[in-house]
Amino acid sequence: MQKTWSFKLTPFRYVLIGLAGIAVVTALARFVLGLGAVTNLSDEWPWGLWIGFDLLCGIALAGGGFSTALIVHVLHKEKYLPIARAALLTSLIGYIIALVSLLLDIGRWTNCWRPFFYWGFHSVLFEVFWCISLYTTVQVLEFGDIFFERVKIGPLKNILSKAMVPLTILGIVLPTLHQSSLGSLYIVTVDRLNPLWWSMIIPFFFVWSAFFLGPAMVTIEGTLAARAYNRKPETPIFSSLTKVTMCMLIVYFIVRMIDLNYHGVYSMAFNGSFESNMFLVEMILFVLVPIFMYAIPAIRNTQWGVLTASILVVAGVVFNRMNVVFTGMAQSAGGHYFPSIWEWLITLGMWSVLALAYLFVVENFPILVKEDHEQEGLSSGKSVSTGRSVEA
Amino acid sequence: MSKGVLVDVSRCIGCRSCMVACKTWNDLPATKTEFTNNWDAPGKTDAYNWTVVNYHLIEQGDQVKWRFVKRQCMHCDEPACESACFTHSFVKTKEGAVIYKPTELNQDYCVGCRYCMIACPFGVPSFQWDKALPFVQKCRFCYDRMKEEGLKPACVTACPTGTLTYGERDELLKEAWKRINSNPNYIKRVYGEKEYGGTSWLYISDVPFDEIGLKTTAYGKDVSEKSIPSLTWSVLKWTPYIFVGWGAILTALNFYTKRRDEVHHHEEMYEAVNTIEGKQDE
Repeated sequence: MQKTWSFKLTPFRYVLIGLAGIAVVTALARFVLGLGAVTNLSDEWPWGLWIGFDLLCGIALAGGGFSTALIVHVLHKEKYLPIARAALLTSLIGYIIALVSLLLDIGRWTNCWRPFFYWGFHSVLFEVFWCISLYTTVQVLEFGDIFFERVKIGPLKNILSKAMVPLTILGIVLPTLHQSSLGSLYIVTVDRLNPLWWSMIIPFFFVWSAFFLGPAMVTIEGTLAARAYNRKPETPIFSSLTKVTMCMLIVYFIVRMIDLNYHGVYSMAFNGSFESNMFLVEMILFVLVPIFMYAIPAIRNTQWGVLTASILVVAGVVFNRMNVVFTGMAQSAGGHYFPSIWEWLITLGMWSVLALAYLFVVENFPILVKEDHEQEGLSSGKSVSTGRSVEA
Repeated sequence: MSKGVLVDVSRCIGCRSCMVACKTWNDLPATKTEFTNNWDAPGKTDAYNWTVVNYHLIEQGDQVKWRFVKRQCMHCDEPACESACFTHSFVKTKEGAVIYKPTELNQDYCVGCRYCMIACPFGVPSFQWDKALPFVQKCRFCYDRMKEEGLKPACVTACPTGTLTYGERDELLKEAWKRINSNPNYIKRVYGEKEYGGTSWLYISDVPFDEIGLKTTAYGKDVSEKSIPSLTWSVLKWTPYIFVGWGAILTALNFYTKRRDEVHHHEEMYEAVNTIEGKQDE
């Protein structure tokens, strides 16, 4: 393990730092001048890019954390261990981004601590707020287990190691609850959100899609990381994970069709309106196509195949959230919303920080598997569990 | 008892005294309006116009009628804004008014998340987009007049034609149905009696409600008669059970699948990526 902290600066990273800097300045302007001066939000469109994309999508994309934790740490599918830490890391950073975008988006930001003391427990947002806050804390603690491998503080590491099992379980229960409650947020939009998306079981759709998005997200991150660091992508692991995604996609598709039928709005999907077309794209391109790609071994077992299908799945969940926030609400909201340049710059800056933070952590902490170890892990799936306990 | 206002659309002459009275009593600033083809600027309620009168040109056969509709917060019996707010910034008072506590009672908990605006089926709560630390704004049913001085809301006092009747909601409903049953011109419905669980403001009209901007259907179906809080609660009530149940299932699974000799030696398995030798750029 290296002795000093390292972060090599490349031209690409200077661009990211530049974007982050612009976002910080814009964010300061937003706090001083108010939302109206910086954003294109209005009474008709009270929620825009930051809530729709950075929060709703950011949290969904961070779904890799809890689905991987469930598969690896609770079901003990050891062969997926090599990707567990990377999944946790991206999830953690994703949540921090979501919290920052929430802070930026609330109008009275000086009151941001109030919800901890005034409990509107009949509000779905209350559940979202508490679960996201607690889960971010849980993830910080889970990451602490890794952190103390690099920064040697023995007693803390021991305490954390003992707490790891309950933390892991809490780290699955909390996101299950709030991924679904992000969907429940939209139950209040009855008669406003287009019935192609509104449903009493929208919480189920949200948590289910956040879960099946996890393995796909891990595939993309893993491939990117492998490319960036000139390593071999863990393609066999990714291909194997597609079974989870494919089965869940099929269930998702069937339940959504049954739900449409139950609401009696099945015909709305084919009436040629903008909403119906967006719905068809969502279901065909981003649900059915990946199902077939995952189902065919010749595609699933190649690096490009599993990557392409995974990109479709991830893009599909983003597309779904965007449809809920924008497409489905457009007709009832009226008016017009397109994010201002400042909203784009802050979003761009936040995701730049995400990329920089990821790069820094994987270069300084043991996140990715050792290359030689990886081979054994893949072939037997057992060698990873033969080491002696370091804590003992 | 819960108060309400009955709005008889057939009696309104569109004089807008109610708008002026509202501005005056609540010290709301003047806003610049634009001339529109509908003649009903500002058209929608916003942070500084808590009530507006909308003008509607109704064509019935060869007849053309003007109808004028006062709009404001409907003061729902079970308000969506109250249930949506996670800092208890809205409350349905026993008098019937739905008030925003940060400005009304100086209980400043609101974080400005604007979920109330997403939740309201009538699109009423508005935001002070021009402020650095904005409040949510909407009609407060002149809660101060109603509660402390026993007065009618300013708009009701100002109305010269008897369009607005203030009183107990129950009695207003009786009055509304009496007028509807004694005059065949009225539409046989009191808007606000059942919509979204009922509202304190009730409308009767001699022209169809959907032609004067009151939402009766959405996406081809009648609007919900269930209150929005009841819909949310039917999902939200499962939270503790899911928390405990799912936690228990996971704990059981964890122990069931755990192998006895399973102790990972993480430090040997993972490593920090070596940037010196590897390709650095992403």
